[in-house]
Amino acid sequence: MPLSRRRPGQVLRRTKLREVLRVRKPGLLTTVQDLGRPNAISAGVPPGGAMDRFAHRAANLLVGNDEGAATLECTLSGPELVALENCLVAVTGADFDPRVNGEQEATWSGMFLSRGDELTFAGRRQGGRAYIAVAGGIAADRWLTSMSTNLMTARGGMHGRQLLAGDVIAAAGDARSPAISGRQLGHNLRPDYTDHTLRAIAGPHMRRLGAEGRKTLFGSEFKVSRDADRMGYRLEGPTLDASGDELLSFGLAAGALQVPRSGQPILLMADHQTAGGYPVVATVASAAMPVAAQLLPGDRLTFAEVSIEAAREIRAAQRAALDSLIT
Amino acid sequence: MPAPRSTTRVRTHPLGDAALLAELGTRLDTALNTRAIALANALKKRRDVRQAVAGYASVTVHFDPDQTTHDALAAAIKRLASKRPPMAEPGRLHRIPVVYDGPDIEAVAARVGLSPAQVAEIHARPIYRVFLVGFVPGWAYLGPLPEELELPRRHVPRTQVPAGSVAIAGRQSGIYPLPTPGGWHLIGRTSVKLFLPDADPPCLFRAGDRVKFFAARS
Repeated sequence: MPLSRRRPGQVLRRTKLREVLRVRKPGLLTTVQDLGRPNAISAGVPPGGAMDRFAHRAANLLVGNDEGAATLECTLSGPELVALENCLVAVTGADFDPRVNGEQEATWSGMFLSRGDELTFAGRRQGGRAYIAVAGGIAADRWLTSMSTNLMTARGGMHGRQLLAGDVIAAAGDARSPAISGRQLGHNLRPDYTDHTLRAIAGPHMRRLGAEGRKTLFGSEFKVSRDADRMGYRLEGPTLDASGDELLSFGLAAGALQVPRSGQPILLMADHQTAGGYPVVATVASAAMPVAAQLLPGDRLTFAEVSIEAAREIRAAQRAALDSLIT
Repeated sequence: MPAPRSTTRVRTHPLGDAALLAELGTRLDTALNTRAIALANALKKRRDVRQAVAGYASVTVHFDPDQTTHDALAAAIKRLASKRPPMAEPGRLHRIPVVYDGPDIEAVAARVGLSPAQVAEIHARPIYRVFLVGFVPGWAYLGPLPEELELPRRHVPRTQVPAGSVAIAGRQSGIYPLPTPGGWHLIGRTSVKLFLPDADPPCLFRAGDRVKFFAARS
């Protein structure tokens, strides 16, 4: 069955493209992302999508878009963008110190750009990934139901690649709800990116660690190594021993913490391999993945064991925070 | 003759709060894999399931935590797995030409005490089953590989394996669809494209398909 089957009654919306932003400088790694292509994992294609789904959804809601509209994911540094026409944008996630025509602007709020205005970033203050939404949603190549950029296969987003200087970003249409500049997500409703405690649920092969290993996993500090990207983070820290019989390969999920023979765990992120045979000792709760998405090489983190119920409660609280932006 | 009633016990484990792993067994076994594929197909039809992917002997289920819970889905899986699986249709047969001149074929031959020609002949003998599509786009785990060729993975994986490389490891064979790092032994190459980015679905093989290799000249 094709992956792109549409649900009954789903109609292609005719969209008119509007060129809204020109890329003067692309930033270190800026890609188009949406909520990914979960259907494609049966073909071995990573699900992809925004690493920090909370920031991605919030950015969209702040400009009146559907949560699944495409945004720009900016890694480590922000781009320099020039408005080609009046538009409403929002910057969420990491704080790269956004500026409009040099004037400091708040993150997590909608802001109006007039034609000719320049959106730039003065420098990273906190976190690793910022999201820029544009009212109407960003228009980009759709591959296997999603506009998310997959760099490995060079498909989706801006022709399957990161943004380059000179690219023009088009909005897919008008914003769905009335565009209100200045809408904001309160401080208390944002994820606390400074708390690097990743809540995690015991995984299928937790027993392989034994009681001691379990204590080590949940009682020690780990560090994100230099080998960390959208596919996953190799962590440094105490060695975990999850050895045992060779496992038959099975389907994986984002947030899964694999322990290869080296004993240095790997945290799977949005572009993770879809199947593997390493033991999975724990899985980071979906509500803790936004914090994980903001980690950079060198950052320290710990894991805290939670029950599924506790993970669902944090998830519900995040959902309520996002719902507060829906008018 | 009716299929024997299954005595398979399903064990479900959380994979976070939005996915779970249902294990049907721990053996590389065609019957278990057939059941896993049937279970994944049955689960995909549920509204609360976003995606279900069969592994060798397991199903990974991605679900919508706003619509169901781990426990409710685990109970549904137990019910579904106790049903007799539908009669499995034989998977599509793919015939794949292989030039058996891979960089590891001499070393493999030496380690298993055969000539390279014998390695090629034994590799091309069975009809393999596609147990699982996954890992990287278009990769398929094929098996079982004849015991005569069973070898553990290379100690030091290659940092880059060319696309189209035909490889073996353990009781498995596979074809690298993209240039990726890899730890399997490269015994040949094929010109057949496994990853078809502009097709839908974007891969040649599907779980349950059958694959027959045949020796070809370069």
